[in-house]
Amino acid sequence: MGLLDKHGAIERNATLLLVGGLVVVSIGGIVEIAPLFYLENTIEKVEGMRPYSPLELAGRNIYIREGCYNCHSQMIRPFRDEVERYGHYSLAAESMYDHPFQWGSKRTGPDLARVGDRYSNEWHVQHLKDPQSVVPESIMPSYGFLAKAELGYKNIGDHLIANQRVGVPYTDEMVANAYADMTAQADPEADWEGVETRYPKAVLGDFDGDPTKLTEMDALVAYMQMLGTLVDLSAYNAEENYR
Amino acid sequence: MIDYNSFRHFADSWGLLYMLVVFIGVILFMFRPGAKDHAKAAAQIALKDDRAPEGKE
Amino acid sequence: MKNLGWTIVLGLAALAAVLAAAFGQDQLYQTHAWILAGVTAIGAIIMLRQVGVAGEGPGDKTGYMDDPIRYGVILTTFWGVVGFLVGVVAALQLAFPELNIEPYLNFGRVRPLHTSAVIFAFGGTALITSSLYVVQRTCQTRVLSDNLTWFVFWGYQLFIVLAATGYLLGSTQGREYAEPEWYVDLWLTIVWVGYLVLFMGTLIKRKEPHIYVANWFYLAFIFTIALLHVVNNLSMPVSLLGSKSYSAFAGVQDALTQWWYGHNAVGFFLTAGFLGMMYYFMPKQANRPVYSYRLSIIHFWSLIFMYIWAGPHHLHYTALPDWAQTLGMVFSIMLWMPSWGGMINGLMTLSGAWDKIRTDPIIRMMVIAVAFYGMSTFEGPMMSIKAVNGLSHYTDWTIGHVHSGALGWVGMISFGMVYFLVPRLWNRKQLYSLRMVNWHFWLATLGIVVYAAVMWVSGITQGLMWREYDAEGFLVYSFAESVAALKPYYILRAIGGAMYLAGGLVMAYNVWMTIKGKTRDEKPIVVAHAASAQPAE
Repeated sequence: MGLLDKHGAIERNATLLLVGGLVVVSIGGIVEIAPLFYLENTIEKVEGMRPYSPLELAGRNIYIREGCYNCHSQMIRPFRDEVERYGHYSLAAESMYDHPFQWGSKRTGPDLARVGDRYSNEWHVQHLKDPQSVVPESIMPSYGFLAKAELGYKNIGDHLIANQRVGVPYTDEMVANAYADMTAQADPEADWEGVETRYPKAVLGDFDGDPTKLTEMDALVAYMQMLGTLVDLSAYNAEENYR
Repeated sequence: MIDYNSFRHFADSWGLLYMLVVFIGVILFMFRPGAKDHAKAAAQIALKDDRAPEGKE
Repeated sequence: MKNLGWTIVLGLAALAAVLAAAFGQDQLYQTHAWILAGVTAIGAIIMLRQVGVAGEGPGDKTGYMDDPIRYGVILTTFWGVVGFLVGVVAALQLAFPELNIEPYLNFGRVRPLHTSAVIFAFGGTALITSSLYVVQRTCQTRVLSDNLTWFVFWGYQLFIVLAATGYLLGSTQGREYAEPEWYVDLWLTIVWVGYLVLFMGTLIKRKEPHIYVANWFYLAFIFTIALLHVVNNLSMPVSLLGSKSYSAFAGVQDALTQWWYGHNAVGFFLTAGFLGMMYYFMPKQANRPVYSYRLSIIHFWSLIFMYIWAGPHHLHYTALPDWAQTLGMVFSIMLWMPSWGGMINGLMTLSGAWDKIRTDPIIRMMVIAVAFYGMSTFEGPMMSIKAVNGLSHYTDWTIGHVHSGALGWVGMISFGMVYFLVPRLWNRKQLYSLRMVNWHFWLATLGIVVYAAVMWVSGITQGLMWREYDAEGFLVYSFAESVAALKPYYILRAIGGAMYLAGGLVMAYNVWMTIKGKTRDEKPIVVAHAASAQPAE
C-alpha cells in the first residue's frame, strides 16, 4: 500500500497537498511543451525566412496593439477550402521569428497569413480608413487615425536588440542601421541598397500615399504586404517534413 | 538529451501503466471500507457553525 | 498610529510612480505611471485618514477577517455588471460596426477589455473573496495575516485597473487572456505569491484536522495559475522605462505555451476555483453535506491531472506537430469523465431535498450553474475531436461554447455565492428580495440559452459556408458573404447578452438594498422557504 497510505497524510498536510498537486500539474506541461524546444523537426527547413525589417516590426507591433488577432488568424490549415481561399497551408517555420506568435483563434475576418502582395497599397490604405467603402459587408472598425499618427520608434534599434536577446538573428549591422532602414523603406527618394541586402523581398516605397511623412499606416501596410511572401513554397517538400 | 523516441516509448507504455495503477489505487483507497466514516466526518466541515470557536479579538 | 506603515509604503509608491512617469520612454508607460501615482496617492490619503468605506458589519465579533470579503462581494457585483456591459457593447459593435469609436473603443481593444473584465475582474474577485471566506470557516481560524490580506486584495484590484486601462490605451502583449504587458505581469506575480502564502499559511494554522475539499480546489487554482502566469508571460522588455516587450518564445513554441496557459486558465481559474465555490456553498445553502466526499477527492486528482494536457486542442490542424495535437485531443476527451463525476456529485448533494429547487431560488441558481458546467464539459471534449474541430475552430461556435461555460457555470455559481454571502456578511435576516433573485435567474438563464443557441447556429453556418463547393468544384461563398450572413445572429446574440446584463443589474440593486438593510414587501415564494435564506445556525 506504501504510497496509498500517504493519502491520509495529504488530506491533513497542506504542504504535501501543495507539492503533490504541483507535481501532478507539471507532468502534462513538461511532457507536451518541453520536447518542442529541442526536437529538431518541430520546425521545417525552408528557404527564405528572415527577421522582420525594422518598418515591418513596427507595423507588426501596431497590428498587435490594435488587437487585430482578435478577429484575424494567421494560420492556414491544410484543408482544401482554406488552401484555395488563402493559399498554401502555414508552416511552423514561417512564424519562427514571431515574438509573440499571432496565429489567432477566431476568423471574424479572413485569415491574413498570406495577405501580402494580394492587394495594392492603395487598397489597404482605403480599406483601413473605411473598410465598408471597399467591402460593403465588412464589420471591421475604421483605422483612419493610423494615417495621421506619426510613427515614433526613435528607439527601434532597442527593439531589435530585445529581439536579438530572445533569439532572433538580427546582426549588429542591422541594429546599427535600424532607424535608417526603417525610414528608408518607406521613402521613395531614399537609397534602398542597404535595406534590400539586409532584408531581401522587403516591399519598398511609400505606402500611405503621403511620402513626406512616415506614419503608423506606412508601417502597418508594410507589415501586411510581406505576410506570407518570404518562404519559397515551391521548394518545400511536405513528405520530408512530416512531424 | 536522452533519445526522444525511447523516452516517448517509455511514456506511452510503462509510464501510462504507472499512471493508471496510481489512479486506480487512489480510487480503491478512497472507497476502502475504513474511509467511509472519515469522509463522512470531513464532509460535515462545511456545515459547522460559521462562527470562530473562541470568538477572539 | 495604526496605518502608519501603509501610509509610508503607499506614499513612497506614489513617489516612485511619479518618477517613472517623468522618465518613461513612451506615452503608454507614462500614462500608466500617472494612474499608479494617482491610485497610490489616494490610497495613502485614505490610510492617513483611516476612513472605512465598507460600512460596519459583525466584523471582529466572529474572529474572522471579513472586511475584505465585504469589499470583495461589492466589487464582484460591480465588475460583473461592468464586464457584462462591455460584452454587450462588443456584441453590438459586431452587429453595427458604426459603434466602433477609433482608436480607444475599437473592437480590437474592447474585446480584451471584456474578456479580462469578466474573467479576471469579476471571476478573480469572486474567487479571492470566496476563498478567503471559505478557508477561514472550514479551517476555523482567522487568515494568516491581516496586512497581507489587504495587500493581496487591493493589489489585485490595482492589477485590474492597470490591465483595463492598458487595453484601451493599446498596451498589449497580443496573447489572448494574457494581454497585460510585462510590468503589470510582474505586479500580478508579486500579488499572487502573496495570495499563495496567505492561503497556505491559513491552511497550516487551521484548527480543523482535515483540509476540506473546497480548499483543495482553491489551492490548486492558486498554485497552477502562478505557474501558468509566470511561464506564459516570460518576455524581454525593450527598456525598463518602456511599455513594450517581446515574448521569450517564438512561433510554434510560443503558440503551445500560450494555449497551455489559455486552456488551463479555463481549467484552473474558471473551473477548479469555482468548483471550490461549489463544494462549499452548495452544501451550505442546501444544508446537507456533499453527496460523496470521496468522489470529490477523486474528482480533484483526476481533474488537475488531465486538464493540464488538454491545451493543444486549441491548435488542431495548425503547424503544431501532430503528436502534440493528438495528445491534447485524447486528454480532452478523457476530461469528460471527471467533469461529469463532479457534476453528478454537485447535483446529488440535493438528493432527498429536490423540492428546494422549486422553493429556493438561490439553490436553483447553483443547480443551473452545475447543469451548465455539465453541458459545457460535454461540448468541450466533443469540440476537441479533430474532425469536429475542423468545422468549429475559428467560428462563433467556440464563442458560444465559452459563454455557456462562462455565463452558465462561472456566472451562476458566483451569483449564488453573492446571494448567500450578502445577508450573512452584513448581518441581515434575509435578502432584500427573493423574488428578484428569481427574476435574475430567469433573465440570466434565458439570456444564456439565446446566446448559446444563436452562436451555435451562427458558428455552424459560418463553418459550412467557408467549405461549401459548387458542382464545378469552386468555392461558393466569398468571405464577405459569410460575414453578411451572420448579421441577424449577431443582433440576437447582443439581445441574449443584454438579458444577462439586465439580470446582473437586478442583482446589483438587490445586493445594494440588502446592504442598506431594507426588505422588499413581497409575497413569499413558498412559506417554508424564508428560513433557508437565514444564516444556518
